[in-house]
Amino acid sequence: MKTDIILAGVGGQGILSIAATLGAAALENDWYLKQAETHGMSQRGGAVVSHLRISDKPIYSDLIPKGSANVIISVEPMESLRYVDYLAEDGYLVTNTKPFVNIPNYPDQEKLMQHLKSLQNVVAIDADQIANDLKARRSSNIVMLGAAAPFLNMDLSVLESGLKQIFGSKGNEIVEMNMKALHAGYKFAMENK
Amino acid sequence: MQKLLLGDEAIAQAAIDAGMSGVYAYPGTPSTEITEYVQASKLAEERNIHSDWAANEKTAMEAALGMAYAGKRSMTCMKHVGLNVAADNFMNAAITGVNGGMVVVVADDPSMHSSQNEQDSRFYGKFAMIPVLEPSNQQEAYDMTYGAFELSEKYKVPVMIRVTTRIAHSRAGVITKELKPQNNQSLPSDPRQFVLLPSIARKQYKVLLGNQDHFNAESENSAYNHYFEGEDKSVGIIACGLGYNYLREILPEGDCKYPVLKVTQYPLPEKQVKQIANETEKLLVIEEGYPMVEEMIKGFLEKEPVTGRLDGTLPRDGELNADIVAAALGIQTGSKESKVPDFVANRPPSMCPGCSHIDVYNALNEALAAFGQGRVFSDIGCYTLGALEPFNAINTCVDMGASVTMAKGAADAGLVPAVTVIGDSTFTHSGMTGLLDAVNENSPITVIISDNESTSMTGGQDSSALGRLEAICQGLGVDPEHIRVLNPIKRNHDDMVKVMQEEFDYDGPSVIIPRRECIQKAARRRKMEAKQKAKS
Ligand code: SF4
Repeated sequence: MKTDIILAGVGGQGILSIAATLGAAALENDWYLKQAETHGMSQRGGAVVSHLRISDKPIYSDLIPKGSANVIISVEPMESLRYVDYLAEDGYLVTNTKPFVNIPNYPDQEKLMQHLKSLQNVVAIDADQIANDLKARRSSNIVMLGAAAPFLNMDLSVLESGLKQIFGSKGNEIVEMNMKALHAGYKFAMENK
Repeated sequence: MQKLLLGDEAIAQAAIDAGMSGVYAYPGTPSTEITEYVQASKLAEERNIHSDWAANEKTAMEAALGMAYAGKRSMTCMKHVGLNVAADNFMNAAITGVNGGMVVVVADDPSMHSSQNEQDSRFYGKFAMIPVLEPSNQQEAYDMTYGAFELSEKYKVPVMIRVTTRIAHSRAGVITKELKPQNNQSLPSDPRQFVLLPSIARKQYKVLLGNQDHFNAESENSAYNHYFEGEDKSVGIIACGLGYNYLREILPEGDCKYPVLKVTQYPLPEKQVKQIANETEKLLVIEEGYPMVEEMIKGFLEKEPVTGRLDGTLPRDGELNADIVAAALGIQTGSKESKVPDFVANRPPSMCPGCSHIDVYNALNEALAAFGQGRVFSDIGCYTLGALEPFNAINTCVDMGASVTMAKGAADAGLVPAVTVIGDSTFTHSGMTGLLDAVNENSPITVIISDNESTSMTGGQDSSALGRLEAICQGLGVDPEHIRVLNPIKRNHDDMVKVMQEEFDYDGPSVIIPRRECIQKAARRRKMEAKQKAKS
């Protein structure tokens, strides 16, 4: 198996919990993993991105070559488009629909959503709403991970065990909450892909 | 044991495993996580490994040299521009040599993700004539650091490890090695070795020169430098550090028909370079940073064309990546069906809402309004973002500490008032000495030390001046009446403007200290405190 994932968001949105979960899952399966993160200046509300590569064979480059990402997971709609040239032709773009507006020239939201809808393989999900409905407001990133799960070339159970690893130390309740978030995202994607 | 580690963390873990006794550093992206990892490590704590932050890279390098003098293994870490600050000691440490192993880790930042320039630290390594290791992946970062202490002790010379942003800040599975004991304290066998009086320095310099052949032989025999045969001799590829990694992304070992020389240990392995030059018609050099290797080999290869960053086969600036390397080899990568729509706007970083620097700039802009633009000399930290909209509050940002000294020079030129904006941590890094100059000449500058009790840009490390800024300024000779402490909150705006104006009018060096903890740091502190409370 080989999966190249672009994780996009805005500094402070905590996209690395998604990466950490996938990382734990990869380690458990003895897969190779490379995960390049954005550190430093750009974290203060700037655009952040993480390239995540998982494979059962050795991986060289820490960065994903353009045109070859299997999935873009973005926790913000405009950020999902910033890296769209990395997406492979049959790749999937999975994005949260809740905009994070901290710049004066944020694009017209209708235009943005229309553009998203015009793309071939898109799952646009209101992860914040779904997390709220589950009373798991802080798990919206895990909802996003769940929504991307059908396109990651790995079983849902792999992600479940990754979640257990990452959140295990915080107690059963937190693990359960994130499990629910994961499944809710997954279900949405299966119904809307 | 396999662990998921950032390149930086792999270096830190390797140093701990190799028996290091102390790391000395000043935070700087992309090197910060090395020291932070040691600070958070239980094993490091058990082993009593020193890991507090230093005031700047020079003091860090010198302390590491002192520890190595005393026979223990030490490490110092910095970003590329930090090595400029520490360069005096760095160059001379190559002459004194070391007793215990000493490793100098420098993290370069091509593409300037968070830096003022792109300089390539391999030049410094070559300049100092010491071995340089340039890992091509996280596992090598670990293995090379682990072995670097031995290499250092074998020749009694500091060894440099050079990484770049991408490897420093990327995570991968790393297999760790057995834990080694730490060195006992011991004195150098030659008691004069560290006294660089000219007569001794000349002798020591000959020792360093005499070692060059050994360093070259180490490179030629190094497991990290490797010659891969190839059928197609039309091009030979010399791939350095991360460049090797990108090459293998496009042309994995089995698929590459060209001869390849992987270079991850310097000095350049002469034998292998000659071999690839002799066997091929043309060379392509793939290196991250400056065209150092390309320039070097152009110097001694007469006929052979050498291509790389100098002739434009690869771009002259910026980070490498697999797409760029592929293009240089004439290989087509991925389809580019989807284009980034042009309504996607830039999202630059900005100061956090509620940050104390914002109140400082709002007051400063008003206090200076009557004098017009162009008088604010700033420094490096979160407050540098005051250069952007909506503040447009600062006019310079050149290097650590330059705000104070540039303001002094401008005041000498008649630009009065001249104002400095510097953070508490940058002030101790290299603002203090400039203030002393200003005091000695009674220069009419106003130094605003925007004190958020933190080194925030790199993630909130403690600053060396915590709780002592006024005392330091007084000690440097600033008149206590012109050291003004403020609380930078919206409500105090008018008071702040007034105090600033008063100090602009004063004909001598004055210091204004707006003090309010960085809100990010405060949030982390409260979380920690709550955690501790819950425990007890
Ligand atoms: S991290 Fe702290 S100092 Fe930096 S912008 Fe945010 S609040 Fe201000």
